[in-house]
Amino acid sequence: MSEYIPHTPADIRALLEGVGLRDVEALFSDIPEEVRRRFRPLGLPRRDEDWVRRYLTGLSERSTGKGLVPFLGGGIYDHFVPAVVEYVLSLPELYTAYTPYQAEVSQGTLTWMFEYQTMICELTGMEVANSSMYDGATALAEAALMAHRTVGGKKVLVPRSLNPRVREVLATYAWGAGLKLVDVPYGDDGRLQLSEIPEGACALIVGQPNFFGVIEDLSGLKDQLGEAFLIVYVNPISLGVLAPPGSFGADVVVGEGQVLGLPPSFGGPLLGIFATRGEHLRRMPGRISGQTVDAEGKVGYVMAFQTREQHIRRERATSNICTNSALCALAATVYLAALGPGGLRRVALLSLERAHRLAEEVSSLPGYELAFSGPFFNEFALRCPDPMGAVKKLRRAGIAVLPPEEVEKAGLEGALLVAVTERRTEEELARFVSALKGGMG
Amino acid sequence: MKSGTIYDLGAPGRRAASLPPLTEPEQKILSLIPAEVRREEPPWLPEVSQPELVRHYLRLARLNYGVDSGFYPLGSCTMKYNPKLNEGLARLPGFAGLHPLLPEEEVQGALAVLWELSEYLKGIAGMPGISLQPAAGAHGELTGMLLFKRYFQDRGELERRVKILLPDSAHGTNPASAAMVGFRVVSIPSNERGTVDLQALEAALGEDVAGIMLTVPNTLGIFEEEILEVTELVHEAGGLCYFDGANLNAYLGRARPGDMGADVFHFNLHKTFSTPHGGGGPGAGPVTVSEPLVPYLPVPQVVKEGERFRLDYDRPKSIGRVHPYYGNFLVLVRALAYILTLGDEGLREVSVGAVLAANYLKEKLKKTYKLPYDRLCKHEFVLSGEGLGEVRTLDIAKRLIDYGFHPPTIYFPLIVKEALMIEPTETEPKEVLDAFAAAMERIAEEARREPRLLKEAPHAAPVRRLDEARAARQPVLRLPRP
Repeated sequence: MSEYIPHTPADIRALLEGVGLRDVEALFSDIPEEVRRRFRPLGLPRRDEDWVRRYLTGLSERSTGKGLVPFLGGGIYDHFVPAVVEYVLSLPELYTAYTPYQAEVSQGTLTWMFEYQTMICELTGMEVANSSMYDGATALAEAALMAHRTVGGKKVLVPRSLNPRVREVLATYAWGAGLKLVDVPYGDDGRLQLSEIPEGACALIVGQPNFFGVIEDLSGLKDQLGEAFLIVYVNPISLGVLAPPGSFGADVVVGEGQVLGLPPSFGGPLLGIFATRGEHLRRMPGRISGQTVDAEGKVGYVMAFQTREQHIRRERATSNICTNSALCALAATVYLAALGPGGLRRVALLSLERAHRLAEEVSSLPGYELAFSGPFFNEFALRCPDPMGAVKKLRRAGIAVLPPEEVEKAGLEGALLVAVTERRTEEELARFVSALKGGMG
Repeated sequence: MKSGTIYDLGAPGRRAASLPPLTEPEQKILSLIPAEVRREEPPWLPEVSQPELVRHYLRLARLNYGVDSGFYPLGSCTMKYNPKLNEGLARLPGFAGLHPLLPEEEVQGALAVLWELSEYLKGIAGMPGISLQPAAGAHGELTGMLLFKRYFQDRGELERRVKILLPDSAHGTNPASAAMVGFRVVSIPSNERGTVDLQALEAALGEDVAGIMLTVPNTLGIFEEEILEVTELVHEAGGLCYFDGANLNAYLGRARPGDMGADVFHFNLHKTFSTPHGGGGPGAGPVTVSEPLVPYLPVPQVVKEGERFRLDYDRPKSIGRVHPYYGNFLVLVRALAYILTLGDEGLREVSVGAVLAANYLKEKLKKTYKLPYDRLCKHEFVLSGEGLGEVRTLDIAKRLIDYGFHPPTIYFPLIVKEALMIEPTETEPKEVLDAFAAAMERIAEEARREPRLLKEAPHAAPVRRLDEARAARQPVLRLPRP
């Protein structure tokens, strides 16, 4: 008997009696005999709790990477997570509930969803936000599909400076939906170079900042695009100091919300941010909480505009998404509430300042230079004569950076990508510089 | 009027977290950003102290109902107990703290988790290939449809194989997933026994059909007894068979989709494998595939060479990525812990417990409620709220809240009028099942004697019945700035 299943042999007898069957095998008589005969077990014994705890703790300790100081970015960043975030995520009524289909017993979930939507609208400068997508990459892919549904046209303009993994997911979705990705190059400053908008374009995607950490100038882009969507893929922390994409006429703002209170988690679960303009509300995928009143006029919340969703509209739905990334959105809500406007700004400023301090120091080392002249946020591409050698030197100093082949995917050869957050201390910055200095001469 | 949100609380200058001080003047740092993209006005965010924040979210938690609060028989969602051990394991620094782009040799423990879970899930499905990338069930469905598409493209049949057949008892996500990759959805009616009508299926099959999406057991909780005939017919017509695994709890440890003719099967780890539902997510929806579809699986694949694990990207026929990294890793950790804890014997007890509980409740409740398909069910069953006078299923659901239960899934599947879809799961003791049945019986009585009690329910919830129509008519989807 399992500790999670309460049925004793006596319970099973009583339940079977209620059903009018003699043994449990009879419960499965509707599964074809041939299918049951082919069944093979895994060969796994039952284990006690302490065994499982030790076994998985052992596996967790086998990853040597956990002890390294991360100057790693590429879409996932090591920001500080206040203890209150974990506290709230562990509240049982919040994490053991499901989608708030029954609003009257789900006011907790629906209320924080509404808070989250408000905060995301504030960060992005957009009018409406959904309550989460799986991750930034699929949020972007869904934004491209939405652009196609709205304005027609099958071409999506994608800068070479978009995060290559995000681009790969987008490419998979685009192939499925029959959309075509058209490359947009970047210049010596690392910023995108948009010359003309081809016939049949439904959207331009801009990373803010882009994969190389470079801050794009969004002004004028929407005018150039006309009907076609301006989709901005953001690092939400950067919005503590960068102007919201909504102020540049963005049609959709998407982004990876991991930075808002989630650990790196070996890449999942993540949080897909999705916000748009009010006029596009009915084409937006995902769940939305809306304010209403109860029978006595008291304020409450319900899932709004469910008629866009798959369980009602089936093949005509705006998306197939059902289960999303709710608990990760709760983390973001609590994170933003804990930091407040000043805290978010502080995180962005500290990351910005430390990244620039490090960039200045390492780019003055002989043979090292910044790959781009454009302004950057908390990540920069560093050209060097022997990137693999540099990675090894840093590793010996207990530091991890993005492998050069990851940077090459975005068309940049011979460079490292270095990310700095507010968590990187003076000592760690100094260690980084001296590691690269070591063995150079 | 107070909104009940955290924005009601606090005062300018308060904060609930502390950060290192700035080491340079703010204006100097800001000058690193070109003026035209600098933020002028801060976002409107709450300003609260830590005690205020904690009390607010604890209050919100108390307005909610979770599996830890009580019985949550939400049909097709498998709201089983979430083991506490697994929560702690997912938070281990060697899992939660790992950056996904660390070199392979630095993440051997995490790759071991991926590899081991892959082996077990392939074994449970009885299928040779897997991807752990899909982040939810519907994401698995989409991955499956992309795999279908690539398979037919590779065979030069994509132009003509444009249709996906869907029984009318399918999950709502199925048709939406098929449509996202451009397939045309054709509905197949159920027969009077609630299963796929073989004659209708045969008539629909042809050279233009890419395949079928089946939910086994279906959303009526009924096992497709002729499943082998169904998959054989589809395969004979050159099509592929997708199995929605949301209902795997019904036959875990005693039957495998691979033995039934599945070409793609998705797991819902947040259902069958006890990972928490999180208020709507995150889940995980790994897919297993049959031999012919293995070459098309997403990249990378985790391979084991001796004692080392490696990521294999060299798969030229792959559909590509559906996730930027390796899937919802911390959900996968929890599922692995669950499988290791239960072992073969425990997995088998899951389906016994789930099916026994569902049939027990069904037999009790059919005396009071209409049971449109009166036969052996699997892990769930569907009643109808019809025939109780002026009350509707919605009223029954809301009244259940007053009795301390989470309502079942309602108005789904669409083929049953006024549907009440009940899935008790294996983790509820007999006493709870009896108490739920007793509440349902009393509600049926109340429906006859005092229908107003139901129509105005809930009476004992944090709010009275909410006006859903108003939320659509006068949309308020964020707080207005003060």
